[in-house]
Amino acid sequence: MSTRRMMIEVIIALLPVIAVAVYVFQWYAVTSIGLCILVCLGAEAGLNRLAGKSQTVGDWSAVLTGLILGLSLPWNAPWYVAVVGSLAAIGLGKAVFGGLGCNIFNPAMVGRAFVMLSFARELGAAAYVVVESQLTVVTEATPLSLAKQFAADLAAGRVTAGDARVQIESAERFWALLVGQVNGSLGETSAIAILLGGIYLLARRVISWEIPLGVVLVSLVCVELSHLTGQTLLSPMNHLISGSLLFGAVFIATDPVTSPMTRWGKFVYGLGIGFFVVVIRVFSSYPEGLMFAVLLMNATVPLLNRWTIPNPLGGPVPKKG
Amino acid sequence: MMNITSWLGARSSVGTFVGGIHPPEEKELAADAAIEVLPSPREVRISLLQHLGAMCQATVKPRQEVQVGDVIGRSDAFVAAPVHASIAGVAQRESVATLPNGRHVPVIPIKAAAEQEFRGSALLADIYGGPWPVDEAQRLDPKDIVQAAREGGLVGLGGAAFPTHVKLVRNDKFPIDTVIMNGCECEPYLTADDRVMFEFPEPVIAGTLLSMQAVGAQRALVCIEENKPRAIESLRSAARGTAVQVVVLKTKYPQGGERQLVLAATGRTVPGGGLPFQVGVVVVNVATAAALARSALRGKPLTHRVVTVSGAGIRQPKNVLTPLGTTYGELIRYCGGVTGNATRVVAGGPMMGFTLSSADEKSELIPTPVTKGTSGITVLIDRDVQRAGQTACIRCGRCVQVCPMRLVPTRLALAARAQHREVMERYHIGACVECGCCAFTCPASIPLVQLIRVGKVMIQNMDKRS
Repeated sequence: MSTRRMMIEVIIALLPVIAVAVYVFQWYAVTSIGLCILVCLGAEAGLNRLAGKSQTVGDWSAVLTGLILGLSLPWNAPWYVAVVGSLAAIGLGKAVFGGLGCNIFNPAMVGRAFVMLSFARELGAAAYVVVESQLTVVTEATPLSLAKQFAADLAAGRVTAGDARVQIESAERFWALLVGQVNGSLGETSAIAILLGGIYLLARRVISWEIPLGVVLVSLVCVELSHLTGQTLLSPMNHLISGSLLFGAVFIATDPVTSPMTRWGKFVYGLGIGFFVVVIRVFSSYPEGLMFAVLLMNATVPLLNRWTIPNPLGGPVPKKG
Repeated sequence: MMNITSWLGARSSVGTFVGGIHPPEEKELAADAAIEVLPSPREVRISLLQHLGAMCQATVKPRQEVQVGDVIGRSDAFVAAPVHASIAGVAQRESVATLPNGRHVPVIPIKAAAEQEFRGSALLADIYGGPWPVDEAQRLDPKDIVQAAREGGLVGLGGAAFPTHVKLVRNDKFPIDTVIMNGCECEPYLTADDRVMFEFPEPVIAGTLLSMQAVGAQRALVCIEENKPRAIESLRSAARGTAVQVVVLKTKYPQGGERQLVLAATGRTVPGGGLPFQVGVVVVNVATAAALARSALRGKPLTHRVVTVSGAGIRQPKNVLTPLGTTYGELIRYCGGVTGNATRVVAGGPMMGFTLSSADEKSELIPTPVTKGTSGITVLIDRDVQRAGQTACIRCGRCVQVCPMRLVPTRLALAARAQHREVMERYHIGACVECGCCAFTCPASIPLVQLIRVGKVMIQNMDKRS
């Protein structure tokens, strides 16, 4: 196993996700992902050159960053979103820290955060919906923004609780969420494709189970709590397979560079991401919170590593003298 | 996939340990080669330091005639083992040799006499041949067994070469209840212990019983990895009717590491910086046990050992019964020399061994002497030593997962590179056993264990200076 091989393994694991994205969103997926990969590679090569460093394009990490960024963008993101996002991902997310292995924040998420704040309209919840389209899935809102809308309507007294329940049940289309026949960002729609990739990565020991488990466990618990108190209308299972939670748990939170190295560190990091995803989903005006949750927890990684230094087998060696 | 029990129950698991790796075993190269006896070399170079502890002083004068088994160097220190002549001949003037670990040591060369008492199969029979009565041990006084180990120059033949009598002395504060015989031989390529266990199980069992008698243990566990079914079978039948149990452990590197072995076999954890006796265990290598039997029952010191000469770079991989002091070059020549694509001669196996030199036609002239701790010589080829180019650490944590001592190797290595003592100590550098699992598994090809070794030396030097 080499660094390059690890990157390629993740790309292999992403193939089902890519396949679903292309099936559901067709040319939109191909052009958006392709553009992100190309610009990321170009940025990596160019910035290496500018900095006078040896070329690292061959390690495939830039391809992976582009791929994950592309998959995390809305299906109809305009070309300049992909370009600016990729430049920010490699430039701000990675190169300024010193390249592969030195960055604190997940480059793809840095890129996505950058375009999310720069092009709020193009990445807002409304942008996903195109009423007149031959792609049927995109004629209605993403599952999470639907749920958010119902909750807001209910709070404002525009609908009754009974109406909201009916609407929620129509939004909880379990099967569609599993196979990916819903509106959303390119890579996040199919839970099955994501799980397939996750199982492959676990079996190949490219990722460790502590992070995804932490994310999933705590988000289920937090959603159940907020579901019980009426803060969110969707059930925990629906939250889990809607939006980018699962995609993030398997492919984004597990980025080796920006996640902790120790077992407990990984687990706590996963817990933190799951917690903040739910907090943002429930309490903020954004329907989805994975990106900010990952970036937030990225910042804690050096501390988590330091707080979870394992006790060696048999305990520390006593100091002489 | 790691399961929850191994994650939570690291302290109590029996049969294996947490962490470790599965490097290619490469044992098939020499596993079927029956032990051969090296034809008597014309000269041997007996190192005066063949163990962990105090250096021996020469007890022979130049041109003095010596017989096999004569003491030619000893030390009054307790942690030391005398060295003996391994061939009959004439002692030469003291000279210097460089051991594989880089240490320069005085050696006594011995020029062989024309007549040797035993050769070939007669020598093999003299060293390992029966009978080895199993009831003899109980008749001996524990003190006499310890004395025999000491006089016989016994040290751990697994590689660490710690003087055996030190381990066998009874200590009232720490009673020993278990003797562990280390027959794991988890290092790739090496098959010497495997062959001794398979071909000559009786002296191993006799030595095990002697060890039990010396320390007063109630049980003895002969621990073997499951990849050596013939040795397991052979020892089981030899142990029948005795108090010795044969325990089969998972094949995993470093199963033969003392701390990992004690944990796997007994569930006990040797305290950090401590030794197995603190948890009531003494660990002895199987070949050492056979040497102990010979020393205690027949009064013969340690003069020969089995050395595995293997690797894709050696023409005829063999297990060779070798007089101590034979040069590496002589052994390589006996095994047909190195192949055209051989690149590297390693003392020991590829995981824990030391690279001695590049491999070429001059390998047959390597003057390094075989010592008591020489378990093998491995000649690697270009394919074995190729690695992907080094990249920056991607903090994947694989080294953390495989570290059998539960350390964070990448942090240790980076701190060593930065000469940052405080960080090295915060991450428990002293607990590292240098098994090399981290460097083996690193996807970025960072020489982690090598850097950590450098860091350890750095700390030692700092302490010396202050």
